[in-house]
Amino acid sequence: MAELEVEIVAADHFVWSGAAKMVKARTSDGEIGILPGHSPLLAILAAGELAIEPVSGDRIAVVVDGGFFSVDNNRVVIVADNAQLGDAATAGIR
Amino acid sequence: MGAQIRVYRQKISSTTSMRKIFKAMELIATSRIGKARARVAASLPYANAITRAVSAVASQSEIDHPLVTEPEQIRRAAVLVITSDRGLAGSYSATVLKQAEGLIELLHEEGKEVKTYVMGRKAQAYFDFRNRPFERAWTGNTDAPVFDVAREVGTALLEDFATAYEEGGVDEIHVVYTRFKSMVTQEPTVIRLLPLEVVEEQAASESDLLPLYEFEPETEHVLDALLPRYIESRIFAAMLQAAASELAARQRAMKSAGDNATDLIKKYTRLRNTARQAEITQELSEIVAGADALSAS
Repeated sequence: MAELEVEIVAADHFVWSGAAKMVKARTSDGEIGILPGHSPLLAILAAGELAIEPVSGDRIAVVVDGGFFSVDNNRVVIVADNAQLGDAATAGIR
Repeated sequence: MGAQIRVYRQKISSTTSMRKIFKAMELIATSRIGKARARVAASLPYANAITRAVSAVASQSEIDHPLVTEPEQIRRAAVLVITSDRGLAGSYSATVLKQAEGLIELLHEEGKEVKTYVMGRKAQAYFDFRNRPFERAWTGNTDAPVFDVAREVGTALLEDFATAYEEGGVDEIHVVYTRFKSMVTQEPTVIRLLPLEVVEEQAASESDLLPLYEFEPETEHVLDALLPRYIESRIFAAMLQAAASELAARQRAMKSAGDNATDLIKKYTRLRNTARQAEITQELSEIVAGADALSAS
């Protein structure tokens, strides 16, 4: 199965990048899950937590307070105003 | 004669203590410049991502957004000048201010009114001294910019941009800052921030083509959210470049000041030695002359 190439950047620093199986984010309209092969998308992020399921390893949680993300060709770029790697244990549990 | 030696000694000691300051400033600038450059590099991914997104939105949809459409008539322009807070950086601030003056003059010639926004105490002092009004000033932290300031500036400028001309709004926004090209060259640069210049680019290959994005929620909302961020990121990038340039300029200025101080100290030491020798010679000849006069009598 194809993988997602995820990159998370904040305004003044780089946060995380790597391969992932799934990205779950919260847009201003509601929650959205991105799987490999998703059609190109440009969406606004709402403040909150987003979860990334890497190819190997535990789920990663990132706390963002607004921003946007784009998806094209299995490449997910998450651009947050302020992003912080959160506690992995609570990721995805809302 | 003794007075002259004293003067030279004073000059030597004051130059020595100045040299200490220059050396310290040079070292501080050198140690901070690496960090400043790293910050410029660290802000690049964000800037690139946002630029790509903005061009994606702007190139594919027939948008009628106030931030991207060129007004028919530009009657008032905002100019943001980014200088340093502190001096001792050679001609750094003066060069930016000169560039800004050139731009302001040009805008005036085109029949536009100019609203000035300044960043850094040097620019503030420059306009204050000449009794020239400016809209707003942001000072502090010019050598280590924080994103919050960029956001504040962005908000203020966008607010003005959104206001109608009749109510004191502006139709375009320019930024004057110093671009960091390398450790030895930094050049004052003018960019037009708004309205956006949508560059029609010929895609070199298939992969360079921007995909047809879906927007979530509507295009307008996406643009509404994207453009302020884009502006902030451009301003922040300019601030970071200016900070790196400031430190580089300061390092260079302090290096040459330190070298000059060393030269001066050398020169004064020579002069002091000459003066001392002259004094000794004179004393000797006085003693010899006195002895001669005594033995003659």
